[in-house]
Amino acid sequence: MFTELVTKKEERSEKHQREVLLAIKNLHVWFELRRWGFSHAGYVRAVDDVSFDVHKGEAIAVVGESGCGKSSLLKAILGLHKPTSGTIEYYDKNISELNTKELKWYRSQVGYVQQDPFGALPPFMQVRRILEEPLIIGGISSVSERLDRICRMMEEVKLSPVNDFLDKFPHMLSGGQQQRVVIARAMILEPKFIVADEPVSMLDASVRVEILKLLRGLQEKHNLSVIYITHDLSTVSYFSERIFVMYAGRMVEKARVQSLLRNAGHPYTNALLAGTSDPDANNAKTFKEVPPGEPPSLVKPPEGCRFFPRCSQMIKGECDVNIPPEIEIAPAHQISCWLHKQSQSSAGIIP
Amino acid sequence: MTEEKLLRVENLILHFRTGSGVVQAVDGVNFDLGMNRAVVVLGESGCGKSSLAKAVLRLLPRNVASYTGRVFLDGKDVMPLTDDEFRQNIRWVAMSLVPQAAMNALNPVLTVGEQVSEPAMVHLGVNKKEALEMARKMFHHVGVSADFLERYPFELSGGMRQRVAIAMSLVTSPDLIILDEPTSALDVLTQANIFNVLKRLKRELGLSFILITHDIATSSELADDVAVMYAGQMVEMGDAERFFSGPLHPYSKKLMASVPRLRETKELEFITGQPPSLVRPPSGCRFAARCTMRFEKCIQEPPVFEKEERRVMCWLYQS
Repeated sequence: MFTELVTKKEERSEKHQREVLLAIKNLHVWFELRRWGFSHAGYVRAVDDVSFDVHKGEAIAVVGESGCGKSSLLKAILGLHKPTSGTIEYYDKNISELNTKELKWYRSQVGYVQQDPFGALPPFMQVRRILEEPLIIGGISSVSERLDRICRMMEEVKLSPVNDFLDKFPHMLSGGQQQRVVIARAMILEPKFIVADEPVSMLDASVRVEILKLLRGLQEKHNLSVIYITHDLSTVSYFSERIFVMYAGRMVEKARVQSLLRNAGHPYTNALLAGTSDPDANNAKTFKEVPPGEPPSLVKPPEGCRFFPRCSQMIKGECDVNIPPEIEIAPAHQISCWLHKQSQSSAGIIP
Repeated sequence: MTEEKLLRVENLILHFRTGSGVVQAVDGVNFDLGMNRAVVVLGESGCGKSSLAKAVLRLLPRNVASYTGRVFLDGKDVMPLTDDEFRQNIRWVAMSLVPQAAMNALNPVLTVGEQVSEPAMVHLGVNKKEALEMARKMFHHVGVSADFLERYPFELSGGMRQRVAIAMSLVTSPDLIILDEPTSALDVLTQANIFNVLKRLKRELGLSFILITHDIATSSELADDVAVMYAGQMVEMGDAERFFSGPLHPYSKKLMASVPRLRETKELEFITGQPPSLVRPPSGCRFAARCTMRFEKCIQEPPVFEKEERRVMCWLYQS
């Protein structure tokens, strides 16, 4: 049954292969550092040469530690940060070249689910007003139509009976209900895709599953694309088709979920997988293998592979000198690591 | 049997006065903890688990409505002690707390060395040089280089700051450390690192831990025993091995079924409804309204039943 589920999942993502919704090419998001307010003092290379496609109806998880640039990536996709170089194309339109009117349209196509629901909701607005605002900005002038859409959306995120919630303020809701309001707000303009920044990390275990299932349900029902940012690998397999692992501003591994869980190739991915615990009393008996050190500074990242100072399989003269190319070790499974270059070079696969 | 226990809590009650009534945050909790063991207190937010830590350490806010029960430490009842005696002889000296978000609560204008040595100076009466020496030793135990003694909190990463907070709780060499959500804001690898540190401390220094968390998966890294709290009550208590393979209480079962797992694919479940208000908790079993296995008996408050040395507060286990 398990394999059936997997093949069904894979098939589904196969089907979506054709239509590319969002194409990110060689994206760099660098922030300039200034000394004394004006003189140049280098860049924080939050996102460095990242490329990927998002297909229609596909859920993608971006996994990485805090400070690895995943939120900067997301903000660039939302159009909140301008890319330093590289492009983000939505249906062949470069979003950094959109004019104000087009940008407004683009923003109605993208929904944003924030991490901390309480922080993301204005404390002095009632749920009705919070959900109405995007509609007003979106140009829906009829009051009754707005209310109708709010009610429909609230039903969809299971905030029912709707009348009980319409006039509540955020502090009167539980964490799970607040997150539902945030999701409803992201969805109310019927976007084509959703970016979710750790949507469940602030919630309790029992509510977490409920919200993930809700998001999954909405994604399937509306054939939405979702970019789901998280640091928790254990929730990923329940939610997405593909995983991208990010480390220090770069993508180190991109793969389908099952492919990544079964044969992860990058030493960093393996460390993340080993560091994630399942509830098991035997865990208490052993120590975990954790790579030494901490992620590098993004102002002066290491030459070559950014993980080499912490990597136990580092190849001297290669990993610390040259940036590893992206190597395809299996269909739709790319790894940026010299270890795989060595084993694959004879097979003649072009990086 | 009871003499061997490091900590025994009997019928501990901590109620708070608020504008909307009396909040029964901790309502008749019993548990015990052996030497060199770790108990994990699991529960959702608002179930009273942080209040339990405060009640054990007598770190009470001003709006306490009632605070009763017995807390035995090394077989001695510490509840009759006056606040001054408790502060001088128990807190820090016999048990200490790593509060929630301790790593973000370090004083930004003092070096971490000064902050870690301060409890030793106050509670053990040693001079600054000796205290710094003790801090240096504790830094070694938690795996932070001694050079960091001179640094300020902003110069350390989150994981390092959390280790410093743990070092601070260790510096007075207590037997028991209470950790309130020690890793909830940290990354996966940093979390694994902190748990490695805690495991090593448990082995090397023979410490006991009370670990308060809502993260069931990582809690298994340290647990010898597991206690589950729901709405101010401890609904299940037992050894970790059997808890993680088969919890007893319907709430614990649901909670375990909601944990996403990396190494197996299982349909996840969630618990419908919300925990009851602690101002007016329902009579009878507090979980009954959300329980799928409830029956007539559940309108009465269940007593604690023993089953294979595990304790569970549920009518299903009445023999």
